[in-house]
Amino acid sequence: MDDTTIGLWGVPLAILAGAIRVSTPFIFVSLGESITERSGRINLGLEGTLVFGAMTAYAVAVMTSSPWLGVLAAMAAGCLFGLLHGFICKFPKVNDIAIGIAMMQFGLGLAFFLGKPYIQPSAPKLPSIALGGWSSLPQVQAALNINVLFVIGAVLSVFLWWAFRNTRMGLILRVVGDSSDAARAMGINPDTVRLIATGIGGSLAAVGGAYLSLYYPGSWNEGISSGQGLMAVALVIFARWNPIGCFLAALLFGGAGALGPALQSVGVTSGYYLFYAAPYVLTLVILVATSSPTRSLAGAPGTLSLTK
Amino acid sequence: MTLQASIQPLPPIPGDAGFSRPSLEWLARRAEPVAIALFAVLAGLALFSLFIFVLGKSPVQLFTLLYTGGFGSWFSLQNSLSRAAPLLLTGLCVALPARLGLVIIGGEGAVVLGGVAAAAIALPLTGSVTPPLVWLAMGIAGMVVGGIWIGIVGVLRHYRGVNETIASLLMAYIAIALMNHMIEGMLRDPASLNKPSTTPLPAEYMLGNIPGMDVNWGLAIGATACVLSYILIEATSFGFAARIAGGNVRAAQIQGLPVGRLIVGFTALAGGFAGLAGMVEVAAVQGSANASLAAGYGYTGILVAFLARHNPLAIIPVAILLGGLDAAGGLIQRRMGLPDATVLVLQGTLFVVILFCETLYGRFKIFNPDLWKSPDLSKRSA
Repeated sequence: MDDTTIGLWGVPLAILAGAIRVSTPFIFVSLGESITERSGRINLGLEGTLVFGAMTAYAVAVMTSSPWLGVLAAMAAGCLFGLLHGFICKFPKVNDIAIGIAMMQFGLGLAFFLGKPYIQPSAPKLPSIALGGWSSLPQVQAALNINVLFVIGAVLSVFLWWAFRNTRMGLILRVVGDSSDAARAMGINPDTVRLIATGIGGSLAAVGGAYLSLYYPGSWNEGISSGQGLMAVALVIFARWNPIGCFLAALLFGGAGALGPALQSVGVTSGYYLFYAAPYVLTLVILVATSSPTRSLAGAPGTLSLTK
Repeated sequence: MTLQASIQPLPPIPGDAGFSRPSLEWLARRAEPVAIALFAVLAGLALFSLFIFVLGKSPVQLFTLLYTGGFGSWFSLQNSLSRAAPLLLTGLCVALPARLGLVIIGGEGAVVLGGVAAAAIALPLTGSVTPPLVWLAMGIAGMVVGGIWIGIVGVLRHYRGVNETIASLLMAYIAIALMNHMIEGMLRDPASLNKPSTTPLPAEYMLGNIPGMDVNWGLAIGATACVLSYILIEATSFGFAARIAGGNVRAAQIQGLPVGRLIVGFTALAGGFAGLAGMVEVAAVQGSANASLAAGYGYTGILVAFLARHNPLAIIPVAILLGGLDAAGGLIQRRMGLPDATVLVLQGTLFVVILFCETLYGRFKIFNPDLWKSPDLSKRSA
């Protein structure tokens, strides 16, 4: 075996690289959604926010030739989407799940509408950090070429995990999520907290979109998202509303998704399309194994309509 | 809270028009959803006009084109009806479980697998059996597979406590992967090169058009399914039990209602309808099962059901309205130089505004049936 071929070792390496590459948007969307859901509201419209964020980031990066300005613009746009969702859901009798689906349609439509002129030009990409310099193997170097947003996401998940437990903001968020009445008794307006939580959730989801258009696959087109925004909502439940859990669940999901392409690269092609289903099957199996008909999910916010 | 206080104590209108009171009461009850829906659609259109106006285009021209492209002529109306057909069935896939309080958003999976099952069962039958029997077999195969697919979600929900919204969504992605696996593998027609498909149905086995119209039988199938579902929910004891369970599961269990069977039965029926949509897509439109089955009908069905407030009869006009918007998209794109996503933006605006207007229910005194009750009746109930 010569220096440049690593044989079957390429499979776990490709899965690791794939997990990091695929999971980054999931990390941001699920962290955002975990903040929103902790406040007792569910925003299914993050798919639309994600795609709109991808479009905004790409368009701004093309115009200013700075990818980071693109990410900031995406955050602002995503925040607006989240605030709109939060504002509408404040009114009585409005179903947050249905509004989420409608907002998804609205966000997708608006992104395709405004993003039409940006399909052609190319935008500057986000930088990555080369951690594989110690190895002489190009595969290892490629696999350890880690994007900056992944690192930010990892740090953010630890920070949120800490902040939920140890800060006043985290306490307020959890109280509102568990009981609107208890929050009112504390003098907190639950609607305001949920509005802010949905806004922050939207801006984080838009960062996930910015990653898609500015790093991997690194272009803007109408098929850019393959349901990352919707799946992240499932990942949050799967992770039991724990930010570190969201990070790990996203990695696991990304790794399962990278299984098919990794096996294909070493010549296993049969059942290629079935490997596409691997992350979904895995999530479903774990969901079934950890659910119970007699009790609600551990860690579920009390006022969340999805788990009642 | 101020809301409730403002609607409760309403004195009945004095007078001697007592004989018309029950009909007025009925009218007030029925007029509320119609009036609010109309208001919401108008408000949504107004918002969208503003958007178009800001872009420097004429909203008047847009709405003229929307009308001519969607409903203005027999040709465009038929186009809209064709597009509405699958939405009738996928709308039911969301509306029926919703009556039990379940939010199923993965109808797409049942559509896709129902279509594959219908195509698979038709292949050995064509040539030896008459077309009506083939269609029957395809319909049954589509319904059974779709029913099992969403029925699994119901089983997981009731017996394992798995969240049905997330489970159905995951199942939809799994279904699409399964379809790709099958149409790329064992069911693939070797002649389909660029777009993997099953062997196409021979022309005489295609489900044709409704006589006198350029609309396929899917519309009639969908409308029948809506009417039957309405009867099932409103006029049978099974539907009554489902409405009770949808209102309060604990109360239904205490009454001894078979909640588990209701959940599994309704989810399976819902999946069956979505599977039927896949069968119609194969038998009347595509002629074979291919990736076009995952065209998003399942997702649009969610909106159809929510806009219809999960009433199977209301699904019919809502689906036709959405079909019309869809049909007019091409015309708007060509005549006004707007991107094809314009219709998506319009749909999204309408959905958000219409769902927002749910909050208006119960806010208008004029729709309060108690206002129109005859005096003696209100005394008896008080």
